[in-house]
Amino acid sequence: MPAPNASDPTPESAAPTDVAPLGRAGARPPHELTAAEERNATDWDAVAADAGFTHLLASKARFIIPATLFFVIYYFTLPILVGWFPRFMERKVVGEVNLAYLFALSQFFMAWIVAFLYVGAAAGWDRQAARLVAKFAKR
Amino acid sequence: MQMTTSLGVSLLAAAPPAQSHTALSMFLAFVAATLVITYFSARKSSGSSAYFAASRRITGWQNGLAVAGDYMSAASFLGISGMIAFFGYDGFMYSVGWLVAYLTVLLIVAEPLRNAGKYTMADLLAYRLKQRPVRAMASLSTITVSTFYMIAQMVGAGALVKLLLPGISFNAAVIGVGVLMIIYVVFGGMLATTWVQIIKAVLLMAGSLLLSILVMGHFGFSFAKFFEAISHVTYHVKGEEVTKNFLEPGLKFGAAVTNGWGPLDLVSLGLALVFGTAGLPHILVRFYTVPDAKTARISVVWAMLIIGLFYIMTTFLGFGAATILTPDRIVVDGKPNDNMAAPLLAQALGGEIFFAFISAVAFATILAVVAGLTISASTSFAHDFYTNVIHHGRERAPGEEVRVARITAFVVGALAIFLAIQLQTINVAFLVGLAFAVAASANLPVIVLSIFWRRFTTAGAVCGLAAGLASSILLIILSPSIMGIDAADVAAAKRHLIQAAPLFPLTNPGIVSIPVGFLAAILGTLLTREPSAEEQFTELAVRANTGLGAEKAALH
Repeated sequence: MPAPNASDPTPESAAPTDVAPLGRAGARPPHELTAAEERNATDWDAVAADAGFTHLLASKARFIIPATLFFVIYYFTLPILVGWFPRFMERKVVGEVNLAYLFALSQFFMAWIVAFLYVGAAAGWDRQAARLVAKFAKR
Repeated sequence: MQMTTSLGVSLLAAAPPAQSHTALSMFLAFVAATLVITYFSARKSSGSSAYFAASRRITGWQNGLAVAGDYMSAASFLGISGMIAFFGYDGFMYSVGWLVAYLTVLLIVAEPLRNAGKYTMADLLAYRLKQRPVRAMASLSTITVSTFYMIAQMVGAGALVKLLLPGISFNAAVIGVGVLMIIYVVFGGMLATTWVQIIKAVLLMAGSLLLSILVMGHFGFSFAKFFEAISHVTYHVKGEEVTKNFLEPGLKFGAAVTNGWGPLDLVSLGLALVFGTAGLPHILVRFYTVPDAKTARISVVWAMLIIGLFYIMTTFLGFGAATILTPDRIVVDGKPNDNMAAPLLAQALGGEIFFAFISAVAFATILAVVAGLTISASTSFAHDFYTNVIHHGRERAPGEEVRVARITAFVVGALAIFLAIQLQTINVAFLVGLAFAVAASANLPVIVLSIFWRRFTTAGAVCGLAAGLASSILLIILSPSIMGIDAADVAAAKRHLIQAAPLFPLTNPGIVSIPVGFLAAILGTLLTREPSAEEQFTELAVRANTGLGAEKAALH
């Protein structure tokens, strides 16, 4: 390719501007970047290898796996007992209130209690995550 | 067996009652308030993050109310209280799964989704997989779920208006609801939708609380008296007087009344609820409206408090209607109508004004839910299908994605109005169950596997989504919801679409279709290898668990 003639301002054909992909001009603010555009925002492998991160994952798994198993089993015990053992569930406990009613009502409190325990545990994970973010975030 | 409500049943309207003007004016007041909100939201809704995610500046309790408002449909409010009024305990047990389902949202889905995504569920799914096939399938599944759910809501809205405001025709009601939801979404975006849902949740909770207090007041605020009455409900079945204990299980789903399949069907429904709620696109998009994963978590807890209290109050409404009215008096034009339990109870205890208020709340409920469905469908089409599948992730002009979403919202709304009017004589209540089944069988397996399984591949995601979607729809078509042989005198609205013996015995396909979705996703993965996806798993795991690089709230 011949050297561009400094006195001729006409752009060459197929200059970078002509083939630039169509899209929004200029830099986007950080909150508009897609994940693909900031793939390298952090050294992901370094975070993943950090002891703090493996500890965070282990601590999450220790809570989430048993809690999920517990609530799924607790919940499905209700339709199973009521569906296949209705006579047992009809036993009256307090006045007219029977076992089936109390067990169904207890599901609401079970859900709330598990949710509050989760929030408590998650506060600890937030602190661990904040330490990792402080250590590895580039911006 | 009709597991959900018979909202889709269109009954002949009663003579116009005097209170319909009161109800109409209350509803118009709600509409006016929401339009004002839409006007102010419209001025803030420029830019993708503002339009699709309310600039991610919704607070925890606000989003909690909005999630509850997005979720508690008229089928819950009128349908479940009606089910309890007619069948007692079984209706109560039915309501439990709707709350417990939020533990799946809280423990497994909400935070990773918020940390790794931008606007849609597919952002998370396509994160480390091939964008186009995964987004195309996820978008198809999202639009399917939203459309099914929306048609059920719209037909329900039309039928409800005929009952509550006999002066207004089915078509006028459907068009009115459709036009309003289009206005909210097209002009106000996610911000207006959010506030419509918040106001609706507050109104619904206030209405249910007032009605619950009136019910307890009727029993002198004595639980002993209340439960005593529930255990001896006397009413007429085919002209014969019967006394039943409404605390006893089995009146609706018991093996004896459902050819033996009832208990298994209820387990299957429970699976669809517990795994489907965390795959409902219109619920998932709500978590992108908050600043960070911690706020998303707090908002789920708020939603669980509100939804739990709501379902507990629903039992007061349902049991209250069963004991104070008895099923004998929950009738419209001489026919029992389970959707009318709560409004008629309000009429009996609080007079015409309260009846009007509860009717207006029921409409507000439908509006908020359909607006949420419309925005999730249009966001998915614009962001997943248009921008990422067709245009490889690039906006060709500033604001194109939002413009496409607005056009989609308009088209989706117009289509929903058209379909609802076409389907008005068909019982579409099964579409709600179908939406949950698709969400549980197609969306959830792929969400879970993509968060937790390093080896997961594009083929696995596409197979899981396709198999979950196809098996749910196929099994519903073969189920007693669609197939059945009716006697000649059955009303058109109750007739089965296919006059043949059902090939699948359950009305809820979840117990089969969820394992099918998981198995297809696992098999599709094991038969292929995708090193790039495995490499990026580390990145996804770090993002999902720490929030590093997550989408921020807008600065303004």
